[in-house]
Amino acid sequence: MDEITRTVKYEADTDPHFAEEIAGIARGETLRACIQCGNCSGACPVSPYMDYTPRRIIAMTRAGFKREALSSTTIWLCASCYNCTVECPKQIRITDVMYALKQKAIKERLYPKRFPVAVLAREFSAAVRQFGRNSELWLIIYLYLKTNPFAMLKQSILGLRLFLQGRMGLKRERIPMGTGKKGDLQTIWNALDRADR
Amino acid sequence: MNHLYYPGCSLKSTGRAYEESLLAVCATLGVGLTELQDWNCCGATSYMAIDEVKAFALAARNLALAEEQGKVGPGTPTVDLVAPCAACYLVLAKAQHCLEENKEVGGKITAALAAAQLQYTGRVVMRHPLDLFTNALGLDAIKAQVTKPLTGLKVACYYGCQIVRPYATFDDQYHPMTMDHLVTALGGTPVDWPLKTRCCGGSLTGTVQEVGLRMSYHLLKEARKRGADVLLTACPLCQFNLECYQDPMKALFPDHEPLPVLYFTQLMGLALGLERARLGLQRLFVPFRQPVGV
Ligand code: SF4
Ligand code: SF4
Ligand code: SF4
Ligand code: SF4
Repeated sequence: MDEITRTVKYEADTDPHFAEEIAGIARGETLRACIQCGNCSGACPVSPYMDYTPRRIIAMTRAGFKREALSSTTIWLCASCYNCTVECPKQIRITDVMYALKQKAIKERLYPKRFPVAVLAREFSAAVRQFGRNSELWLIIYLYLKTNPFAMLKQSILGLRLFLQGRMGLKRERIPMGTGKKGDLQTIWNALDRADR
Repeated sequence: MNHLYYPGCSLKSTGRAYEESLLAVCATLGVGLTELQDWNCCGATSYMAIDEVKAFALAARNLALAEEQGKVGPGTPTVDLVAPCAACYLVLAKAQHCLEENKEVGGKITAALAAAQLQYTGRVVMRHPLDLFTNALGLDAIKAQVTKPLTGLKVACYYGCQIVRPYATFDDQYHPMTMDHLVTALGGTPVDWPLKTRCCGGSLTGTVQEVGLRMSYHLLKEARKRGADVLLTACPLCQFNLECYQDPMKALFPDHEPLPVLYFTQLMGLALGLERARLGLQRLFVPFRQPVGV
């Protein structure tokens, strides 16, 4: 016989502080103000692909369904278009809630590991942290290596065309880092890292 | 008029034609743009998914550099920073809001900037080129320089999602019109279409391709249905998604018909009589062949 699992959550399974924590990062209105009208889901151009619509994510976050919200594909499919935010009658900053959930999912290592959006966010940030600028070509190469190396071949035609049209450089873009001089980005990173600790 | 200019990463690579056409048009109209020296990537939508304070620090460093290079001081209360990429524009404007309204984040960033002998005092005015042309320069000044009016050209003006929401004040969040007015001033005919602020898919086109392709496909299809000969964008990623993926789009949606997608500055340049090569028109995947000003 297949294993029997409980499909309804008890209050004890939820995280009572989750809602406040997320709303604290996102700021703006508290999630308690949400009237579950669904305007956000209707306005969202990506909702047909999401495992939970934005309205449900707000409800789940508010009720403390931490694991479910953090491991959803919804937060990574969110394109940050702010349509939900401008349409919400209660001024909830839904896009910022999505950002807060992404930050939390990365911190708690709950994001879907090979899901390209999360990988992109991490690779992009790592490059900007190291070089101060982003080089599109390198970003794409890392993205495919870490998610789907076989798909790279298909993309290489696009890459080649971009290169031929002068729209893709091979050079790594960067600014001087670690000079210790006025305005040095590395000095700013170090100061923020120290403050984090 | 002199302004500082924040190109962002894309305008140096996939969006090169945007930079080329913007600089050519500004030179013709007598608008001075000086590139911000030593600028860093604004962090786009990706850094914000990792770490909020560091994402805002990236933006704040650029704002601080702008204050310094723009020499704000007694005689110069503010400096204009022009950001043509919708994502950069939004991120920088959002950081300004956050630094002002959130003392905790603001305090951390002020301290980190100070470690690098920088400071940001809230005196940068963010401007998208659409704002610059329609509000700072004015349509009459542009109209006066049109030598090849876009007579008979039907244009779908696409603003994308991020320029007008939720921090921009230069145009309406729901129904922006600055680009439409600009096209009219150039002698063209903007088509009425409802998707001008609907998201094109952003970085999803590069990551979860089917989702992004469908979003872009709908935009192009609607623009065609409304009779557009060309679609104009005001963001390097919008242009890239809508133009460079039309082949895979066709494979997925056989009824797709190619539509040229230009930067609004490229069309402006044509109306101002500039050569096509100066506007980066040779870099298009879907060529724009329609003659203008005839
Ligand atoms: S639009 Fe606002 S109030 Fe309505 S369901 Fe979404 S978050 Fe809740
Ligand atoms: S910001 Fe995200 S959740 Fe909101 S409408 Fe856009 S894609 Fe959907
Ligand atoms: S948002 Fe895009 S274009 Fe803007 S600076 Fe960053 S990577 Fe570059
Ligand atoms: S429309 Fe697309 S590329 Fe343009 S700002 Fe929105 S997501 Fe970014």
